[in-house]
Amino acid sequence: MKVHLKIWRQKDAGSAGRLVDYDLDQIDTHMSFLEMIDTLNEQLVLKGEVPVEFDHDCREGICGMCAMTINGEVNGPVPGLTVCQLHMREFKDYSTIYIEPFRAHAFPLKRDLKVDRSAFDRIIQAGGYISASTGQPAEANTILISHDQAESAFDSAACIGCGACVATCKNSSAALFTSAKISHLAKVPQGREEAQKRVLKMVAQMDAEGFGHCSNTEACEARCPQGISVLNIAQMNWEYNKALVLR
Amino acid sequence: MSVVLLESTLLRKNLMALTGLFLCFFLVIHLLGNLQLLLPATRASESFNSYSALLSGNIFIKVVSYILYFSLIAHAVDALVITIKNRKTAGKYAYDKRGSASKWYSRNMGILGSLLLIFLVIHFKDFWYVYKFESVPVDANGNKDLYAVVIYAFASWWYVLLYVLSMFALGYHLLHGFKSAVRTLGVYHPKYAGFVNSFGIIYSYAITFGFAVIPIYVHFTHFGL
Repeated sequence: MKVHLKIWRQKDAGSAGRLVDYDLDQIDTHMSFLEMIDTLNEQLVLKGEVPVEFDHDCREGICGMCAMTINGEVNGPVPGLTVCQLHMREFKDYSTIYIEPFRAHAFPLKRDLKVDRSAFDRIIQAGGYISASTGQPAEANTILISHDQAESAFDSAACIGCGACVATCKNSSAALFTSAKISHLAKVPQGREEAQKRVLKMVAQMDAEGFGHCSNTEACEARCPQGISVLNIAQMNWEYNKALVLR
Repeated sequence: MSVVLLESTLLRKNLMALTGLFLCFFLVIHLLGNLQLLLPATRASESFNSYSALLSGNIFIKVVSYILYFSLIAHAVDALVITIKNRKTAGKYAYDKRGSASKWYSRNMGILGSLLLIFLVIHFKDFWYVYKFESVPVDANGNKDLYAVVIYAFASWWYVLLYVLSMFALGYHLLHGFKSAVRTLGVYHPKYAGFVNSFGIIYSYAITFGFAVIPIYVHFTHFGL
């Protein structure tokens, strides 16, 4: 198949960026979207041009590194996928495809389609962990937890931190990401001990990073590759209000 | 201190939610009072006017009315502060089709809210201000004849249309607002969240059609086509 690409090219955060046009021929419908960009880059290198930079790592839909906005939709036209799991068969022959980086004030652009998502790391560092002594692993049933509760915690823990929630949010809010970690740890007995301190610190860090307010449009859940529920946000709010009253 | 200054995004949302839910509660009381306008004309006049007199002379209602004014102003000002912050944090795309991921009214609460604010200015001027500060003739029982003021306000079809359209703006505002407020306050259990969703939808429809039907009914029963 043949596609016309409009890709955002920008040298660095300080330079002005623009959409650049590329025509690509003989694209196989079974190619992944990233393989299509690889093909373009090979051609650019042969022509002596600078290839398009983009993030990617596992290419198995696990890590969440590959992140971009395709035709104005975060991670492309199919909800619930990372870009590496998106295939060219989802596009029509001779179609025009817009490719842009994730955009948010808290995700400064590095180059082309690459953005700096280290704000997420700093939110986790602020409290997204449990303080546990290292040593031999404890016997699994020392602390009891029901199956349903463990499954629910695991659903929250499934967040891969890709940033699609932020990029698709009209306010660039990080509420879904932050709340997924807060809920995950609030749902397991090991996490309850530090729940109050954790929620206050993580929310404070989320605000300090310059993410917007959550206005509950639920676009984040609709576009999350892991299907993280917006009810995690409600739980974060609950934990936060509780911590304010009880601390 | 941070609580007083509303430094955190979640605290600001709490203020939005609490004032919003109070306004939701007020709408129910307001609608129940207004339903008297659907009674036959003579009964409606007597009942509506004595009800208005009862409210205006009651100290408890006075306190509630001050909470109401505060809620309206705080809800609007907080919305403005939040919107300005969100404008700064939001990413801007050259080609943006993100709207497919959410409902249009959930993304345009500010516009719907601004329409409602304009409506409220008109609404306050035509009824609240007239009743409180202008001379209104009295009815047979010696109560200010607010009923007559209301009836004649809906004499023109375009005024009725303005009210009905405003009620649809209110309906969409509530459809997102009620659910959003409850979620902001932290109802996260799937069972109760589901119940709140359904309740919010029924509530929004009831308030919208309840308020919208009154001007239409008054116009057609008193002034015909």
